[in-house]
Amino acid sequence: MTTAPYIPLSSKLHEWVTTVDHKKLGVMYILSGLFFLFIAGSEALMMRWQLAVPNNDFLPPETFNAFFTMHGTTMIFLVGMPILLGSANYFIPLMIGARDMAFPRLNAFGFWLFLFGALLLYFSFLGGQGLSGEEGAPNVGWFAYAPLTTTTFSPGSSTDYWIISLFVAGMGSIMTAINLVSTILTMRCEGMTLMKMPLFAWMLLVDALLILIALPTLAAIQIMLLLDRQFGAHFFDAQAGADPLIWQHLFWFFGHPEVYILILPAFAFVSEVTPVFSRKVLFGYSLMVAATISIGFIALGVWAHHMFATGLSPAVLSYFAGATFIIGVPTGMKIFNWIATMWGGHIRFATPMLFATGFIAMFVIGGLTGIMLAVVPMDWQLSDTYFVVGHFHFVLFGGLLFAIFAGFFYWFPKVTGKMLNETMGKWQFWLLFVGFLVTFGPMHMSGFEGMPRRIYTYFPGRGLELWNMLSSIGAAIQFFGFLLFSINLIWSLRNGKPAGDDPWDAWTLEWSTTSPPPPWNYAETPTVRSRRPLWDLKHPEDPDWEYE
Amino acid sequence: MCVNLGILPHIIEVYIATVNIATVAVPTENLSIFDPVSPVSTTIRDLFMLVFGVIGIIFVVTEGALVWSIFRYRSKGDETSEPPQIYGSNPIELAWTVIPVIIVFILFLVTTRTIYSLDLQEPPEGALRVKVTGHQWWWEFQYEDLDITTAGELHVPKGVPVFIELRSFDVIHSFWVPRLSGKTDAIPNRENHLWFQADEIGTWYGQCAEFCGTQHAKMLIRVISEEKSDFDLWVANQQLDAAEVPTPLHGKEMFLSLACINCHNIDGVILQGGFAPNLTHLMSRDTIASGAAENTPENLKKWLRNPDSIKDGCLMPNMMLSEDQIDSLVEYLTTLK
Repeated sequence: MTTAPYIPLSSKLHEWVTTVDHKKLGVMYILSGLFFLFIAGSEALMMRWQLAVPNNDFLPPETFNAFFTMHGTTMIFLVGMPILLGSANYFIPLMIGARDMAFPRLNAFGFWLFLFGALLLYFSFLGGQGLSGEEGAPNVGWFAYAPLTTTTFSPGSSTDYWIISLFVAGMGSIMTAINLVSTILTMRCEGMTLMKMPLFAWMLLVDALLILIALPTLAAIQIMLLLDRQFGAHFFDAQAGADPLIWQHLFWFFGHPEVYILILPAFAFVSEVTPVFSRKVLFGYSLMVAATISIGFIALGVWAHHMFATGLSPAVLSYFAGATFIIGVPTGMKIFNWIATMWGGHIRFATPMLFATGFIAMFVIGGLTGIMLAVVPMDWQLSDTYFVVGHFHFVLFGGLLFAIFAGFFYWFPKVTGKMLNETMGKWQFWLLFVGFLVTFGPMHMSGFEGMPRRIYTYFPGRGLELWNMLSSIGAAIQFFGFLLFSINLIWSLRNGKPAGDDPWDAWTLEWSTTSPPPPWNYAETPTVRSRRPLWDLKHPEDPDWEYE
Repeated sequence: MCVNLGILPHIIEVYIATVNIATVAVPTENLSIFDPVSPVSTTIRDLFMLVFGVIGIIFVVTEGALVWSIFRYRSKGDETSEPPQIYGSNPIELAWTVIPVIIVFILFLVTTRTIYSLDLQEPPEGALRVKVTGHQWWWEFQYEDLDITTAGELHVPKGVPVFIELRSFDVIHSFWVPRLSGKTDAIPNRENHLWFQADEIGTWYGQCAEFCGTQHAKMLIRVISEEKSDFDLWVANQQLDAAEVPTPLHGKEMFLSLACINCHNIDGVILQGGFAPNLTHLMSRDTIASGAAENTPENLKKWLRNPDSIKDGCLMPNMMLSEDQIDSLVEYLTTLK
């Protein structure tokens, strides 16, 4: 065999920068997301260092405030969104038997907008108050409540960086959402009716529609806030008589669907991984579709449960409590259906399945503490305490991040043609799982003991020392988990076992093409008769379509 | 709320005991939501037990089924064929749709009943009305009926309902004393209400619970509940103007000639500020800087030397005073009993 032709680095780079291939864009999205995961994780580590003991002075208050603002903003917009949208970008065309997304150039534009917004946000560390200034990063919280964000209380340009960078990155997400909806609705291969799509596609369809409804709201209020700050408008300026609650209503009208925007793709990953490793068809596909759609609708009507302490009337409180309880029902159905999928299977606990199972176990806890927070009078005690921090990290770390790792270990062979190392993967799972529990479990306790969120220090003698020390130790354990993941990633890219086309004996279309797939995905457009086309091929005596 | 909770209170008691053992000693400043001393926080604690019970059952059933599947159905590696493919089951799926609906409906009813039972827009008969204003980063307490303005520490009589009219001077804050009641936000251009009734004598700690800028962490609250007679004594003292200084004090002249008066008021001496805590009866308070430090002459000096050393980023500027000036000012301030 002859050596591969020499390609200079500059033309490789040129190829990546100018690409409109959904797979290359997907990879770039995911790599950017992992890069920012390490940045936001480092910010969290420094916060845990500060909070390990009472009255610590490792971080001054302004730096701490900037770190929790950047940690939250980064994890949601620069980690969660790009990894999820990148995965959707990569796998939706493959799973529905298409050759690319509906609008490849819009796709590239969306990615570069996202990346530019992300870099702009981090440039604020230098530019927030001029290069000579200090603490230039946004420090008003990821929710940026008015009127703390007006120029009176937040001078300098750090808040403007928050506004403009997220506006730009958000535009990228909106474009990707348009693209996803168009692709899923118009580019499915022959035989793939809506009800024969992999559940992954259903969940991403609802997800993209939610993005289309929620993100423009954020974009709109960000522009209003920018007008307030730069041109003296008074949308949220309390000193000029504005009602600052308007910001909260509009922000959470975006912000709560955003939680579902992040978690629906996690559901999608788990819904693909669990059946394959349990060796069983997904239990109750139609109910899963119905649950996903109803989550999409209800998610738009629960936003004020973030505002139970703002003095809403009892009638409004009762409505939002009720709506929030109701959204627990379709979410519960999904959990039961995943467990029913595992029930009676031959479960192979490879790393993807370890993470998927960890997801189900931890998401149940995050969901149940969510129900507790929906009980309005309990929320009056627990809102804005560490209980809430514990709650949503069970949803977004034990939930979302575990699902991301499940998907990462599951699809890495498809994307690179190489397997990730299983031993390191299992060690990573257990380090993260233990570290996660030790970090976020005790946070519920510090909340019960009266510790509010977003405080840079706390006082001794309030029963908080043990819980905070545990949380910080957990964070250190997690650090080694993430370190192992980076080592595994680099090691496996060089030395990983060749994966073959279908290393997990899976059933959806992407496993029928080569690993990595060719730029055109499929030489011939596939035709499907069921939700598991590869099952039909492998089991011609007992094909799926007879039962669907 | 009167729900028969059966064994649950005992479980919670064991749990609270565990927490206390786990934290080595009973905390000196207890802020636990499980130790209510007011009807509002007691109602919420009781509701918590009920909900915790329901949640606990769901938790055990769900995680139990998951753990069972993990151990019972893990592959032994010797299977020769795929397991039976089960595509779904209408009765089972209907069951885990309907049962959760019933559960959340019950939770909804309990929640709504408690919301309405705790809702209070008008002060009840005989209540003490206090206007509470959040500032960056301290709390102002005005008893308008009694003509008292103070800061940081809220004195209330034991066993009397306290009705709080909550406002904000600048950004959004949240008033939270866990053992007395849940939190309520203080929002500019709005007035929110909250109430509690301290049924025991003591000091109840709390702090701002809505992120409000640099020193959100040190925007502390102390509610001091005392016998009616002690409270009346406190009121009588607070209603007086600042104590006359017997001989002209250098520190007083200095206070009046420096920028102090742009923000701080002293009843009977000067009233042109109001932006910062009223100092008329400064020495009657246990703490300064909204609870960030004990109120001692040493801490007052430390504070005047550089407020950032106690509360980094607070709005009181460093006045660059000389040690002589600081001594004189503190000499005057300590007369404000």
